Amino acid sequence: MPMSPAAIPPEEPAYEFYLYVTGATPNSTRALRNIKEICELYLPGQYILKIIDIYREPQMAQQEQIVASPTLIRHRPLPQRRLVGDLSNRATVLAVLGIDHQLPPTSIS
Amino acid sequence: MQDAPLSPATLHQLPKAPTGIDGLDEITEGGLPLGRPTLVCGSAGCGKTLLAIEFLVRGIRDYNEPGVLMTFEETADELAANVASLGFDLRQMQADKQLRLDHVHIDRSEIEETGEYDLDGLFIRLGYAIDTIGAKRVVLDTIEALFSGFSNEAVLRSEIRRLFRWLKDKGVTTIITAERGEGTLTRQGLEEYVSDCVILLDNRVIDQITTRRLRIVKYRGSTHGTNEYPYLISEDGISVLPVTSLKLEHTVSDDIISSGVPGLDEMFTRRGWYRGSSVLITGTAGTAKTTLAAAFALETCRRGERCLYFAFEESPAQLIRNMRSVGMDLQPYLDQGLLRIEAARPTLNGLERHLVTLHRTVAQFKPHAVVIDPISNLVSVGSLNEVRSMLTRMIDFLKVSNITALFTALISTHDDRMDRTEEGVSSLVDTWVSVRDLEGIGERNRGLSILKARGMSHSNQVREFLVTENGIQLLDVIIGPAGIITGAGRLTQRIQEEAQRAVQQHEAARRDRDLERKRRVLEATIANLRTEFETVEEELRRISHEEQTRETSLHESRSALAKGLSADYLAAKPNTRP
Repeated sequence: MPMSPAAIPPEEPAYEFYLYVTGATPNSTRALRNIKEICELYLPGQYILKIIDIYREPQMAQQEQIVASPTLIRHRPLPQRRLVGDLSNRATVLAVLGIDHQLPPTSIS
Repeated sequence: MQDAPLSPATLHQLPKAPTGIDGLDEITEGGLPLGRPTLVCGSAGCGKTLLAIEFLVRGIRDYNEPGVLMTFEETADELAANVASLGFDLRQMQADKQLRLDHVHIDRSEIEETGEYDLDGLFIRLGYAIDTIGAKRVVLDTIEALFSGFSNEAVLRSEIRRLFRWLKDKGVTTIITAERGEGTLTRQGLEEYVSDCVILLDNRVIDQITTRRLRIVKYRGSTHGTNEYPYLISEDGISVLPVTSLKLEHTVSDDIISSGVPGLDEMFTRRGWYRGSSVLITGTAGTAKTTLAAAFALETCRRGERCLYFAFEESPAQLIRNMRSVGMDLQPYLDQGLLRIEAARPTLNGLERHLVTLHRTVAQFKPHAVVIDPISNLVSVGSLNEVRSMLTRMIDFLKVSNITALFTALISTHDDRMDRTEEGVSSLVDTWVSVRDLEGIGERNRGLSILKARGMSHSNQVREFLVTENGIQLLDVIIGPAGIITGAGRLTQRIQEEAQRAVQQHEAARRDRDLERKRRVLEATIANLRTEFETVEEELRRISHEEQTRETSLHESRSALAKGLSADYLAAKPNTRP
């Protein structure tokens, strides 16, 4: 890679998440709360989180093949991963998103 | 209920959305329930998707109802390619904003479940698609694919139930397709959720021939045909062939057309059979059924009308060669395009396919007459019942189109299986001509008789006929002491008659000569008598003359005496008197 590794984090965070929600339904709000918590806890400053309300942008649902709600898509790092549900099963979420969950607790403590 | 009795106005029929699919609207008496979901289930390869797409496409084309197709299995491109062969241009319809395709891609391996979820994404997509084009029709092609994508069945089931409810509330007419399960209509029991209309498609192979059948399992709030109806996937889409949809209401023609055999025409009081009627020619092997059929075809072409000839036994070339040998040249009409010969082995296709071929060829060629030679061969393809129902449909179809139909059928005296076919068909046809062997001592002759002719009286005679170089010739009836005489018997009879006639002529000549002789004798006698008479007459005339002379002289002498003659003269005078 021609770019220096130091230049990447501020401009292009390693993690990019898109969360597709349906308004303020309980599942959607829970999912939003969960992902925010995970990101802040495990990936502070290393992530971008976009929230898309498919009620307002229904064409996005078709474009991104959204069936279930809420759906979280990890666009970066590749490969793309999809999670459906309110993200309350944290162990699975961390495993699927490839976040080393041993690291943050140590940094906190 | 305390309500007032239902008035006719409240008893209106369930509103229906016509599918536009051949025959299906007739079975469902108008179409699918309007604004409600319909489940179409069936095993793999029986045309569920095709039926659903045709419902959409015909809705767009014929009823101006835009449609949404949500597919869970095939991508939009694959689908468009698949149905392009049927003449459905999905891309154009999409461009015209008449159709929206949405491929829902679900892959279990890509999806992780991390808590509670619902299928709002699907609802939103569908709702968005419906609203953007104002769709009236929706197809969900194999929604069961969801079950392979998500593991939480409880959520799925409640969501699918909600989806159907939601579609109903939106007022769109929906088709949901589903794979058939073991012992159940659908693998996932979707029939529990769709309570309005369930259509079952079935694809079965009997004796190596595939027949597809459609049955309406339920149709809430409407009557419907309950039988299994054969259907076909043809070049023009799905075609369901209901037997009972055709009510006997077709108009009839009063025209008479010739059978092509003058002698046969004479046997009907109206000299031919009615246009648009159906004619059956039955006979044992080698009784010139095909020749009779070809004569009819030829006559039709000669009138300048088109004739469609289905040959199930001979190739067109063979048929033409054979008919030329009996003085019937079909080739010119074939070249002119008045005659079309469709030759195929009956076993090439299933019965339904034959029927569809007939329908399609008739639609293209628009013939005035159709010949099927022979129908009995079709028995080799299906069971008797199937053949019968197929022929019923075929005959009805031709009748409705006012096409004169002529069928030949082989019957066998040894095999009553064929006879039953004949029985089955005979009630359907209007005119039934039977040709048979009249087997005598050491020879066979062909005899022809009319068994029935609806709407006109006909000869009751069995006529012998010959297949000559100039076509078929019916011979005059010769009635001998023991009934009608044919063949060698006919010849013997003729020779005997001729001998008898010679004898009679001889006798007459002899009598004439006799008479002549007698006349001459008579004339001679008359001449004799006349001569005799003349002699006598002359004699009498001479005597009378003498008498007169004497009388005169006597008178003179008396006068002289009176004037004073001598006494002695006077005395002497009396002595002179005799």
